Amino acid sequence: MIELNHISKDFGSGTRQVHAVRDVSLSIERGEVFGIIGFSGAGKSTLVRCINLLERPTAGTVMVDGQELTALPARELRQARRKIGMIFQHFNLMPSRTVSGNVAYPLWGSGLSKAEIQEKVRKLLDLVEIGDKADAYPRQLSGGQKQRVAIARALANDPSVLLCDEATSALDPQTTKSILRLIKRLNETLGITVVVITHEMAVVKEICGRVAVMEQGRVVEQGEIFSIFANPKAPVTRSFIRTTSNLQKIEELIAQDSPIVRLQPGELVVRLTYVERSPAEPVISEASQRYGVVLNIIFADIEIVQGAPIGGTVAIIGGERAKVTAAVEYLIEKNVGVEVLKDARDAG
Amino acid sequence: MQETLVNWMPHVVERLPDLWEALTDTLLMVLWSGLISFALGLFLGILLTVTKPGAILENRPLYHIADKTISLFRSIPFIILLTWVMPLSRALAGTTLYVRGAIVPLVFGSVPFFSRQVESALAELDHGFVEAALSMGSSPLEIIFRVYLRESVAAIARGTTITLVSLLNLTAMAGVVGAGGLGDFAVRYGHDRNWGDVTNVTVLLLVIIVCVIEFIGGRIVKKATH
Repeated sequence: MIELNHISKDFGSGTRQVHAVRDVSLSIERGEVFGIIGFSGAGKSTLVRCINLLERPTAGTVMVDGQELTALPARELRQARRKIGMIFQHFNLMPSRTVSGNVAYPLWGSGLSKAEIQEKVRKLLDLVEIGDKADAYPRQLSGGQKQRVAIARALANDPSVLLCDEATSALDPQTTKSILRLIKRLNETLGITVVVITHEMAVVKEICGRVAVMEQGRVVEQGEIFSIFANPKAPVTRSFIRTTSNLQKIEELIAQDSPIVRLQPGELVVRLTYVERSPAEPVISEASQRYGVVLNIIFADIEIVQGAPIGGTVAIIGGERAKVTAAVEYLIEKNVGVEVLKDARDAG
Repeated sequence: MQETLVNWMPHVVERLPDLWEALTDTLLMVLWSGLISFALGLFLGILLTVTKPGAILENRPLYHIADKTISLFRSIPFIILLTWVMPLSRALAGTTLYVRGAIVPLVFGSVPFFSRQVESALAELDHGFVEAALSMGSSPLEIIFRVYLRESVAAIARGTTITLVSLLNLTAMAGVVGAGGLGDFAVRYGHDRNWGDVTNVTVLLLVIIVCVIEFIGGRIVKKATH
């Protein structure tokens, strides 16, 4: 659906030249929700603007729905853009127009009659569940309502792609969830391909099927959400995942020598993480029973991502030395990621 | 009543027909040069906005020519401009006298100012609106009319109000070189003959005109703000 081939985008020239995007190639399938995540300045907003050529790449080609946008003359590019909806962090609704006026904006010159436009606007507003605000001005709306209107406007010309540029970054967590649910529903019911730009891992986890992680203008890692979460390779990916999980707190606790992690001789602190999609087998309880070890869970953080549990637990394992070692081996064999964080087996 | 007026402002009453003529001349000068300046200034303000580096019709040479020309005319004191454009006035309007002869210098005096007013009004507009319009496939012309102008009505009305008031100011100066109008009237009778009541009444009339301009401007701003 969307093919980015070796996209680079530079700003400025000479010593002040900035390489915002460096040789990025991505392939986004029809009907998927694809995430692009990165810290601010990673180049993700520039990259998404290269998809509808709001920024023209310095090098590389952009294909959307079988059309090479980078090769189109201005007029045809404008036609192509009508089929690529876009929503923004700050909504960008025009303040002098009412809600219906804003949604009708892109329908101007589409060949529809006034009555047809009215009808279409009404349908779109109902679709995003904000039909009662048709005559309000943007100023009178909350952030979540504004984004709904912006989504209706972006969908006006029945696009095949929806680009979301930090669309939930200005919203509170609850509103973020409701907007993400709406986008997901539109993706499922309309079959629209969605590209989500964000700096929040929680957003990616909520709706994306695949994700690309960007750093300094490059895509450093990409893949299915589950495998990225379970098995992050790039350091930047790990730091993103850390922002959504509290499993890293244990390192702080150990560094502070907290009483929670003070060990008896023979015990060890482990972090157990799910690294592959598997039905929730009771591996911890099984290990405890089978090897007669005590597994004291300090904290756990498990979520369901793409229908499979992901996350892990931090636990203290205690018992006879050989049994503890055997239990750890059993867990590894069951494809649980085991990290020994503190080891008191040789103490005492 | 009549007697009171004669006592309070004997010279104004005596020269009443001249005062009316002066008032009409001033209003005509503001009207005609205002209309022409509005059209030209709006055009130049838009030109500056859309040809600026990074804007929708980026065109560096055109932008720099317009920008520098406006700065040039902005820096010429109006009293010098008045005499400087006389040949042009003679060519375009056929005369350098009366209301007709004042239009060209007044336009030269207010267009650069109004262009800057329009430019800053359009610059207030969040670039996000333009970006959204581009993403929806709007053409540059469409963006000028449906985004820039439409969303800046209030800001342009404010700039227009300021320009009209300063234009009124300029008409008084134009009077000195033969255009007539209230400024000329006040100088000729109020100053030269030392008739204080003439000056006072002229000032009062100018204050009223300014108030009317600002009132109308304010109404438009209010109506265009949502």
